[in-house]
Amino acid sequence: MDITINILLTIATAATPLLIAAIGELVVERSGVLNLGVEGMMIMGAVGGFGASYLTGSPWIGLLAAIAMGAVFSLLFAVMTLSLATNQVATGLSLTLLGLGLSGMMGTSFVGQPGERLPNLEIPGLTSIPVVGRLLFGQDPIFYISIALTAAVMWFLFKTRTGLTLRSIGDSHTSAHALGIQVIRYRYLAVIFGGACAGLAGGHLSLVYTPQWVENMTAGRGWIALALVVFASWRPWRVLAGAYIFGAVWIGQLHAQAFGIPVPSQFLSSLPYLATVVVLVLISRNKRLTMMNTPASLGQPFVPDR
Amino acid sequence: MMRLELVKRPQRSALFSALSPFLAFALTIIAGAIMFALLGVNPLTAFRIYFIEPVSQVWQLHELAIKAAPLILIAVGLSVCYKANIWNIGAEGQFILGGIVGSIIPVLFPQFESPLVLPLMLLLGMVGGAAYAAIPALLKTRFGTNEILTSLMLVYVAQLFLDWLVRGPWRDPQGHGFPQTIQFNDSAVLPELMPDAGRANWGFVFALVAAVLVWILMSRMLKGFEVRVLGSSPRAGRFAGFGLNRMVFFAFLLSGALAGLAGISEVSGAIGQLQPVISPGYGFTAIIVAFLGRLNPLGIVAAGLVLALTYLGGEAVQSALGISDKVARVFQGMLLFFVLGCDTLIHYRIRLIGLALTKPESAAKLEAAPKLKEAR
Repeated sequence: MDITINILLTIATAATPLLIAAIGELVVERSGVLNLGVEGMMIMGAVGGFGASYLTGSPWIGLLAAIAMGAVFSLLFAVMTLSLATNQVATGLSLTLLGLGLSGMMGTSFVGQPGERLPNLEIPGLTSIPVVGRLLFGQDPIFYISIALTAAVMWFLFKTRTGLTLRSIGDSHTSAHALGIQVIRYRYLAVIFGGACAGLAGGHLSLVYTPQWVENMTAGRGWIALALVVFASWRPWRVLAGAYIFGAVWIGQLHAQAFGIPVPSQFLSSLPYLATVVVLVLISRNKRLTMMNTPASLGQPFVPDR
Repeated sequence: MMRLELVKRPQRSALFSALSPFLAFALTIIAGAIMFALLGVNPLTAFRIYFIEPVSQVWQLHELAIKAAPLILIAVGLSVCYKANIWNIGAEGQFILGGIVGSIIPVLFPQFESPLVLPLMLLLGMVGGAAYAAIPALLKTRFGTNEILTSLMLVYVAQLFLDWLVRGPWRDPQGHGFPQTIQFNDSAVLPELMPDAGRANWGFVFALVAAVLVWILMSRMLKGFEVRVLGSSPRAGRFAGFGLNRMVFFAFLLSGALAGLAGISEVSGAIGQLQPVISPGYGFTAIIVAFLGRLNPLGIVAAGLVLALTYLGGEAVQSALGISDKVARVFQGMLLFFVLGCDTLIHYRIRLIGLALTKPESAAKLEAAPKLKEAR
């Protein structure tokens, strides 16, 4: 029983960064912008979070720094693609490349330093309830943020006017612009929100998942988050489901390696990446589903003419 | 609040088209100077060590050619993809597979020595890279799967596969447990061009030949026209009878084969055996090379040399100033950012709008508001 709970807890820990980064990117893509820089913003969040926590001694300040780092870094992408109308694919890629380099440089002095982990929630009486206590009331704070964030984004996108406006911009920026909607302003806010989420996801890696700084520690999670958004056909609750499936794959292969299954560890390590490919193929086979849900102006640059 | 506004030019500016890479380079230098100053290093000293000292002697130019060769080879292939609006970003994986498949002969049949070995290896390397690139192409044409994500995921798989090979079945039994294959025999090593002067090998010649061939293909042949048409307007391409699916395969196979050739050239030339890591991110840096070279094969040759210099400079500042060699990646990232930004000037004029102009704008918003209501 205890083992099952422990496995569930580790799955949640592995799924949380994927979920947060993917939810952020979902909002960005719903506004019609494709930001391929998730991996770069995430790694910047990770290094910023660890650095701030290491220098101040408070992982909470680290958490805030991770969010700020992701948001500021995403601003670079926003200025380029929204104000200068550059190619979104190429700009997103360069954001990732720059983030990987910059984080490596900033983190040189953090390598091998011990970090402090964000404490788990501890509610007297509730956390100690057998079986469900630790699952519901004893996890790290970012886990709760991730669930709340998913619910909030669902409500925002589908139950509020602003959410409707955002989705309409994603479906046709020219019509939205003709209706007098400030397309560029909405998109700026969406991109910055996505950056903050990616930063928070990175912060989870360096403050909770493995509280230390390791170069390239995101290990492709930003890209998997991007795939999750496609897999979820741009629906928040499906992102949640997808993130937990991938969390399970990630943890499953780690456990399989620990149990000494006679399969080379490299094959097990490649499972999350292969799973991503398989999942993308499965979802894209259903053409109608993809066509119906893809924001129609996704990835197209927009220059308001007046 | 200050705001940027883009005004479309009546036609693309030839001036900025030529100027943009240089402008981007200048901006990178300025940003780099700020970065070095923040790191507490005199920017002038840093630039001398970074950009001038690594290329001040003949043998160093050979090192530059060694680094530039894979970048140019890969970027030339990628330029065809990107021109056709096909996003192969997994060249790093195709490079690795080229290195692996090309090494089959020297690793498994080390006693086979003949002038045939090298051509066979290069051919196998190209086949390996192309076959690996065929996976995202097949998934895209067959199921409509996004090639950006699949080609990238396969990079991680290729890296892990190479890691397994050199630690497992292909490990040199006499290698004292080091994770590497046997040293290739002489007939499997790519010869150096001028052994007396430096280490540069035939890989650099392959890169130049590939650049010229692809330039001819793109500017003088129907296939090149097809690539451009399908890239800028798939609909027009369909009417012209150009098949998009065929183009996806063409672009992926070509770029995969060139990345594979780069991989086996690197392994049999600069390294001489397989190791767990055979590329310092050439496949990703080549994306920058392709854009900095304006997706033009001849421009890519120049851009490849520039980016190769950023690698050498990174190593130089690390040993001379104790700065992380990650500084190279930062330079590369900034360069791509600035070149993309400067490219905007080709199609648009940029106007800065200051505070004074915000009033008429808010008036326009008021006007738009009732319209919004009507529309609902």
